[in-house]
Amino acid sequence: MRWLMTFRIALRALARNKLRAFLTMLGIIIGVSAVIAMVAIGEGAKSTIRSQISALGTNVLIVLPGSNVQGGVRAGTGNVNTLVDTDARAMTRELRSVAYASPVMRRQEQLIAGNLNWGTLAQGVAPEFEQIRDWQIEAGRFLHEGDMDSAAKVAVIGQTVARQLFGADDPIDSVIRIRNIPFRIVGVLAGKGQTGQGQDQDDTVMIPYTTMQKRLMRITFVQSIVVRAVSAEKVQEAQEQITLLLRQRHRIAEGREDDFTVRNLSDIAEAAQSTARVMAILLGSVAGISLLVGGIGIMNIMLVSVTERTREIGIRMAVGARSRDIMLQFLVEAVVMAATGGIIGIFLGIGSSELLKTWAQWPTLIDPIVVAVAFLFSGAVGVFFGFYPAKKAAGLDPIDALRYE
Amino acid sequence: MNEVIRVQDLQKIYRMGDVEVPALRGINLTIERGEFVAVMGSSGSGKSTFMNIIGCLDRPTGGNYWLEGEAVAALSADDWAHIRNKRIGFVFQGFNLLSRTTALENVELPMMYNGFAGKERHRRAVEVLDLVGLGERHDHTPNRLSGGQQQRVAIARALVNKPSLILADEPTGNLDSATSSEIMGLFQHLNSDQGITIVLVTHEADIAEHAKRQIIFRDGAVISDKPNNQVLVKLEA
Repeated sequence: MRWLMTFRIALRALARNKLRAFLTMLGIIIGVSAVIAMVAIGEGAKSTIRSQISALGTNVLIVLPGSNVQGGVRAGTGNVNTLVDTDARAMTRELRSVAYASPVMRRQEQLIAGNLNWGTLAQGVAPEFEQIRDWQIEAGRFLHEGDMDSAAKVAVIGQTVARQLFGADDPIDSVIRIRNIPFRIVGVLAGKGQTGQGQDQDDTVMIPYTTMQKRLMRITFVQSIVVRAVSAEKVQEAQEQITLLLRQRHRIAEGREDDFTVRNLSDIAEAAQSTARVMAILLGSVAGISLLVGGIGIMNIMLVSVTERTREIGIRMAVGARSRDIMLQFLVEAVVMAATGGIIGIFLGIGSSELLKTWAQWPTLIDPIVVAVAFLFSGAVGVFFGFYPAKKAAGLDPIDALRYE
Repeated sequence: MNEVIRVQDLQKIYRMGDVEVPALRGINLTIERGEFVAVMGSSGSGKSTFMNIIGCLDRPTGGNYWLEGEAVAALSADDWAHIRNKRIGFVFQGFNLLSRTTALENVELPMMYNGFAGKERHRRAVEVLDLVGLGERHDHTPNRLSGGQQQRVAIARALVNKPSLILADEPTGNLDSATSSEIMGLFQHLNSDQGITIVLVTHEADIAEHAKRQIIFRDGAVISDKPNNQVLVKLEA
C-alpha cells in the first residue's frame, strides 16, 4: 500500500518535469545500450573465432622454422631454411601420435587459362593435406605421391578459381599457366566456404610441394609443416614428440634453442580467444564508464530536485511523512528514472547490434544474461546515486524546509 | 480528560556559536478541548518557537509537554510524524500547498501517509472541501485559486485526518482584510460547530479578537493570559 503510494508520488513528480526526466535518463539509456551493443560485438567476435578454430580442427599442429642463431644473432621466426620435407615424412613414419604431416608452402600467384587470368593463393602441399584439412574432392583426384616424386606439373583448383577461369565448363584436363609453366588440372576441390574473417578458402590452387620448391620458388627447404595428431587428446603428446624428433634430426645440442616452433591450434585458439576477451572487457568497461557517468547525471539532477523541492519536503513532513517516506520517495524517483532508462537502453542496444549485424555484417551476439545484468546494474546505479540525494532530503529539518524560499 | 495541551516550564535555548539565545523561558499553559486560543506577541517574542514545539516540529530544551495527556517531548521523530499526521492540523501563512497539484490531491496528501484506500481518501477529501466552502473547485491547482481559496484548501487539508488540534500560524498574514475576516469566520465556525480546538498565532490584535482566549508572549514568557470578553463575531457569508 505504502509502496504503491510512494511509487505513484514518484511517477507524478517525474511527470511534472518530463523533459528533465528524459534528459537525465539519456545518460543511462546511452550507457546501457552501449554496454549491450559493445558486449554483443565482443561476444560475436569470440564465437566467430571459436567456430573458425573448430573448423580448422583442434588436433592440428603447425611446425614453423624457428630463428636461426648465427654468432649470437637471432633472426625472427619463419625466415630461415631449417625445415625440410623429410622432417614431415619422418614425423608420419616415426611418431605414433602423428596421423598425417604435410609440408605447406604458400605464395600468391597469377593463373592464366586461355584468355582469362586470376590471382589466387597457390599452395604447395603433399597428398596428406587432403586428410589433414579434411577436404573433399568434387571432381577428378587429389595430388598423388607420384606427383611429388616427379615434381609433376599438375594442379587441383578450388571452387572459386574454377568458376573464375572456366565458368560452367569442366576444368579437368584443362591447362593453366603459372609463371608461364603449364599445369594440367587433375581435380576440383569441394566448396569449403569462407573463414570467419571473410577469407574465401575456395580461392586457391594446390600443386605438389616439390613442384612449388623446384619450379616456382627454387628452394630446397619448406615454409611450414602441418600435422594432424591422431586425436585431440594426443595433441600435447604429438607436440612433445615432434620437438624431440626435430631436435634430434637437426642435431641441436642440449641447452641450445630449437630452430623451429611447434604451435598447436588450441594454443592459437587460446590466444585468439584471450585477445577477443580483452577486447570484450575493454569495450564493456568503456560502456560501463558511460553508465557510471549516467548515474552521476542522475545524482546531480536529484540533488537539484531536492533543493528545489525543499518546501514540498517540509509540507510533506508537516502533514505526517516520516523521514523514510521522504527518502523512499526520492529513491524511487531515481530508481524509476534509472530503470526506465535501462529498459529503453536495452531495446536501443539490441536494436543497434542487430543493425550492425545486418548492415555492417559484424557478427554480434546478444547474451540474455548480459541484458539482465545491464538492467539490474542500471537499477543499482539508481539506488547508488539516488541514495545520497534521498538521504539529504530525508534529513531536512521540517521547520527549515517549510521556511525555505 | 479534556486537556489537549499542557506544558510545564517549557524552555527553548538556541545556540549560535558560543552565544546562548533563550527563546522560551519556562512556559506553563493548559489548553482545553474546544478552546479557540490566540497566541500573540511581536516577532522574537517566542510565539513561533512555542508553536513549533507544540506542533511536534521542534524539541524543547527543557520542561514537559503533554498532548492529550501523553508526554511527547521525548518521542522519536517517527512518532512525531505520526502525531502530526493524525492529531495536529497545520495552517500556514504562506498556505504551503503543493504547486501543480489539484486542491483535491492537496487535501488527500495527509491521508497518503496513513494508508487510507483511494476511494475513502477521495470521499473524505470531498467532504472537507465542502465543509470549508470549496465545493466546486476540486480540480483546480493552487495557482488558479485566490489567496482566500488557497487558505481554505489548506484548512481542509488540516482537517482531513480529524485532528484534535489545529495550529494556525499567521493564517491571514498574506490575505487582504475582507478575506482575512472570512477565513477567521471559518475558524470560528469550525470551533463552535465542529468543536475543533484551535491555536492561532498572530501579531495582529484585530485578528486575535476572533478568538475566545488571548495569550500574549514577550521575550519568551507569557505576560498575559485572559479570556476575550468581546469576541468579534463574523458569521460566514
